Amino acid sequence: MLGRRSLFLLLPLFAGLAAVIGWPLLQTVWLSFTDAQLGDATGNFVGLANYAHAFRSHGFRHALGVTITFSLSTVAIEMVLGLLVGLLLDLPLRGRGILRAILIIPWALPTVINAMAWRVIYNPDFGALNALLTQTHIIGAYRSWLGDPGLALASIAGADIWKTFPFVALVTLAGLQNVPRELKEAAYIDGAGPWMRFKTVILPAIATPLMIAAVLRIIDTIKVFDIIWVMTRGGPANATKSLSIMVYEQAFSFGNAGYGAAIALLSVAISVVLIGGYMRATRAQTASA
Amino acid sequence: MKLTRTGAVLGYAAMILVGLVVVLPLLWMVIMSVSSTRDLTTLPLHWIPRQLDFSRYHRLLSLAANSDGQTFLFALRNTVEVAIGTTVVSFALALPASWLFARREGRLDKLLMLVVATYMLPPLLFVVPLYHIFSSLSLLNSPLALMIADSTVVLPFTTWLLKGGIDAIPAELEQAAAIDGASLWRIWLAVTLPLARPIISTTILFSVLMVWDEFLYAMIFTSDSSAQTITVAIADLASGRVSDYGLLAAAGILAALPAVIIGACLQRALVAGLTTGGVKG
Repeated sequence: MLGRRSLFLLLPLFAGLAAVIGWPLLQTVWLSFTDAQLGDATGNFVGLANYAHAFRSHGFRHALGVTITFSLSTVAIEMVLGLLVGLLLDLPLRGRGILRAILIIPWALPTVINAMAWRVIYNPDFGALNALLTQTHIIGAYRSWLGDPGLALASIAGADIWKTFPFVALVTLAGLQNVPRELKEAAYIDGAGPWMRFKTVILPAIATPLMIAAVLRIIDTIKVFDIIWVMTRGGPANATKSLSIMVYEQAFSFGNAGYGAAIALLSVAISVVLIGGYMRATRAQTASA
Repeated sequence: MKLTRTGAVLGYAAMILVGLVVVLPLLWMVIMSVSSTRDLTTLPLHWIPRQLDFSRYHRLLSLAANSDGQTFLFALRNTVEVAIGTTVVSFALALPASWLFARREGRLDKLLMLVVATYMLPPLLFVVPLYHIFSSLSLLNSPLALMIADSTVVLPFTTWLLKGGIDAIPAELEQAAAIDGASLWRIWLAVTLPLARPIISTTILFSVLMVWDEFLYAMIFTSDSSAQTITVAIADLASGRVSDYGLLAAAGILAALPAVIIGACLQRALVAGLTTGGVKG
């Protein structure tokens, strides 16, 4: 039934992928070696000049720093918070079904709507966060959460964490529910080495799903565009200008399609390096455990 | 399994805390959407609306010419159009390949990995070439352009999900039909697709959710309400054009509602996909 002829079944998918991904990707690679402008697909071949320019430019190094800071901090916090909440939801507590159902909402919320909602909450004049924190005397005066270069990136990260830690929690919970009840009971009971039991019973069940969740989150956060665009557009004073925002700006505001392409490709390289490093680290840890 | 008394108290306290953190921002959106502008712009902030004001929902759901409602409802219509188009096309293109990936496991694994790895590529990588292509075909500012562009995200994901689902269907069932002389096409219609119904609905829902969430392509490839999608309309409202936060909140709630309903349907699948065979490939 599955002779060589069956390979024609791959044709529709690969024709589609070639058209929407392969061909544009090749063009982008080519563009990155040219000084092409937007709206004029050709341009002159400039070799590696765009890449060299990126590495020398302060703007690129800054955007790289913003992207990596955003990615590592949000992913780390989301993973820890999600893991803890996942463990919590596995305890025999009443009402956990309700909490689990509620956690779906931030996950399903479109990113742009989440960004808009938090932009309103962070509003410097009438925002709910300022009202809440001043009325409870946690801060003395209203702050400009998204307007202060020192706070803006952390504020965006907060909105992103709020939306995504529930996903990690649900993934953790799913892994935990594959563990046989008796094993878990033994693991939760205090006594001889709860940490040891966590490591031998709980961790193996959730390690793989958590690792996949982390990889997906690293990819997503390196690509981050929507949430920053809606909340700050990369401002104030470039404090939140990630690589994606820089690519967009270069290609569509300044028309430097070639330079933009080079930066976009560099951001993919960073994604690959980070994920490779992460996989190697987790593999080493599993091996030593 | 029983918790100690302290354990239970701490557990409930933590649950309430997490619940509040998740619910309060959502609740505040709902309150804002029915509060008067005056309540929302007084200092200190007035948390409980003095009277309920549903006018934003009326405004957003009216089709009066050049109103916010018209922009919003057109965007909703465009999003549904793009979601259906992208989903149908991606499904049709991905199904035969997914089936082959599932049935010839091992030899084609590397190829599947390649397809899945395209998820790592940011949409910004494709945006300039796609822009040039669409502009030369006069497709800019049309839902068709977005259906094509959104496939860059949906196609690999659909392949991956479908492959995982077909993996779970025993190949023996198909072989039995093949012995009876049925063509591959008939085997799919009679055996595979009916059994794959759960994964097919999951795939469709995920695909719609991804299109509902998509922003970058829609922002770059559309320019007015004939093709603009819901995320672009919301981002446009949020960019400062509107100073009525209640209107923003109401628009956000209406636009998020379909996504949240889909999310609720997907709850089980989301979690199963990440823990079971779905990720083997």
